Amino acid sequence: MSTIIQKLREYLDKAEEEQIRQLDQLVATTGLPVYKDPKTGALVWVDVRELRLRFQLSVNKIAKFVEGLSQEKLYYTVCKRCGAKYFPPQADCPRCKSSDMEWREVSREGELLTWTVINVKPASFAHNKDYVVGIVKMPEGFNITAWVDADPSTLRPGMKLRLIVGRRPGENYVTYWFKPA
Amino acid sequence: MRRVAVVGVGISKFGYRPDVSLPELAWEAVKEALDDARLDGKDIEAYVVGNVGGWSSEPLPAVVVGEYCGLAPSSGIRVEAACASGSSAVRTAYHMVASGEADIVMAIGVEKMNESPTPTVVEFIGRAGNYFWEFENFGLTFPGYYALHATAYMNKYGATEADLCEIAVKNHYYGSLNPKAQFQKPITLEECLKSRYVAWPLKLYDSSPITDGSAAVILASEEVAKKITDTPVWIKAIGAANGTSNLSRRDDFTGLEAARLAAQRAYKKAGIDPSEPVKYLDVAEVHDCFTIAEIMAYEDLGLAKRGEGYKLAREKQTYIGGVIPVNLSGGLKAKGHPIGATGVAMIAELTRQLRQEVERGRQAPIKKGMALAHNVGGTGHYAFVTILSL
Repeated sequence: MSTIIQKLREYLDKAEEEQIRQLDQLVATTGLPVYKDPKTGALVWVDVRELRLRFQLSVNKIAKFVEGLSQEKLYYTVCKRCGAKYFPPQADCPRCKSSDMEWREVSREGELLTWTVINVKPASFAHNKDYVVGIVKMPEGFNITAWVDADPSTLRPGMKLRLIVGRRPGENYVTYWFKPA
Repeated sequence: MRRVAVVGVGISKFGYRPDVSLPELAWEAVKEALDDARLDGKDIEAYVVGNVGGWSSEPLPAVVVGEYCGLAPSSGIRVEAACASGSSAVRTAYHMVASGEADIVMAIGVEKMNESPTPTVVEFIGRAGNYFWEFENFGLTFPGYYALHATAYMNKYGATEADLCEIAVKNHYYGSLNPKAQFQKPITLEECLKSRYVAWPLKLYDSSPITDGSAAVILASEEVAKKITDTPVWIKAIGAANGTSNLSRRDDFTGLEAARLAAQRAYKKAGIDPSEPVKYLDVAEVHDCFTIAEIMAYEDLGLAKRGEGYKLAREKQTYIGGVIPVNLSGGLKAKGHPIGATGVAMIAELTRQLRQEVERGRQAPIKKGMALAHNVGGTGHYAFVTILSL
């Protein structure tokens, strides 16, 4: 079964297919990637070089967080020296400059603080239907930002939400989201 | 620290500008500022460029702009503070002059957002929170970050989508009187309310546009300023602060802590009573990247009490003749928001306001001789409050 990696590449390629074809034809015919902007009449050179970016982020020091995801659990860190709690989990505690952290599992229920519906999406999310993003207060004291799988018109501040960790439907990789409790 | 004055200002036409390259766009503002101060490029001892980039082709814009505008071999650098990059450029230039390192320094803000297609720009700005914890998995957008604040604010204080649209109506009205503004037409409350959602509860007309534009200001030491101009505008104070990159690390979504801190720091330095700043100020430019942002700015700056900013909008108290006129340039909303240029454009606009030389219908009455610029980077990731005075 394919995942977001292959799916997104195909989606983006398809979205740009017509433009690329036209640009290629323009260069083949005139020898130049230059066209007149239809709105302003300004001459525009379209880049002949394409830059594709896919970053490689280290999760080495938060390996326990990654391991947790693979077991459908979400972990945070607690500084063993001063007790400060971190979500997103931090490997280092700037408060007391210690790096001796304990990993604990995040509890499964929180309260909705605020939310939005993303109607106009970034290129790399454009294959999704409108999605709800919420910030949820957890009993540990920290907040978690994640998608809320619910009809947005049913959401209220303070509403109890349940944390889910698992493969996101449609994208097929492990992440976390909330659902009405 | 030495006193520092603004002695020359320039702003390009803001909007969709495929007719110019990035350095050509910068030159429009640089030339206007040089003409305004009656100086040449060789008089500029150092320059600081505010530019965010990513969506535009030049990775080292300071060098490209310096070369094109004839500023090299003077020292030039690029600075970044997200949507407040312009203010950080002004602040760095201010420090160079105040410290005695240089007598004449130019701050330039330039952004060419339309070198990339809109979905790519939406992607770039959406990534400008805390990349891994907000974007990678959850695809937040910039309207989304402010929408999280709008939802919280409206739930807590009972403000409505119509209250937010009042800001858009005001700023489009003043934008229509500013020939440099991206949008030249007034809008109605109904048009705003009927526009489509971009990140519920924020709509298209709650949002500043994608803009190409540039601005430049020339700063000079007191001794030099008095030789250059009869109407120096002094930088009285710059307050700056940062918030968290990850919104979930904050507890309150009804205001921006960084903006409150930046205001406190600026007021203290300028000798302004923080409980009554309107008593000191003739006019303000605030960071209305979204309508909710202007309402939060009223409160973070102490122009209104917490939870009452939307009433200033509802009662039209921030038009000329109200408690304090705000965003007579049209603001980011209607003048446009070329990310790195915005903060510099605010200082250029307020300098012109204090000199009483802006277009008819949008000139604030200048009685107290002080003006305020509030420039936020990200969603309160950075904040700068700059106080100018005659």
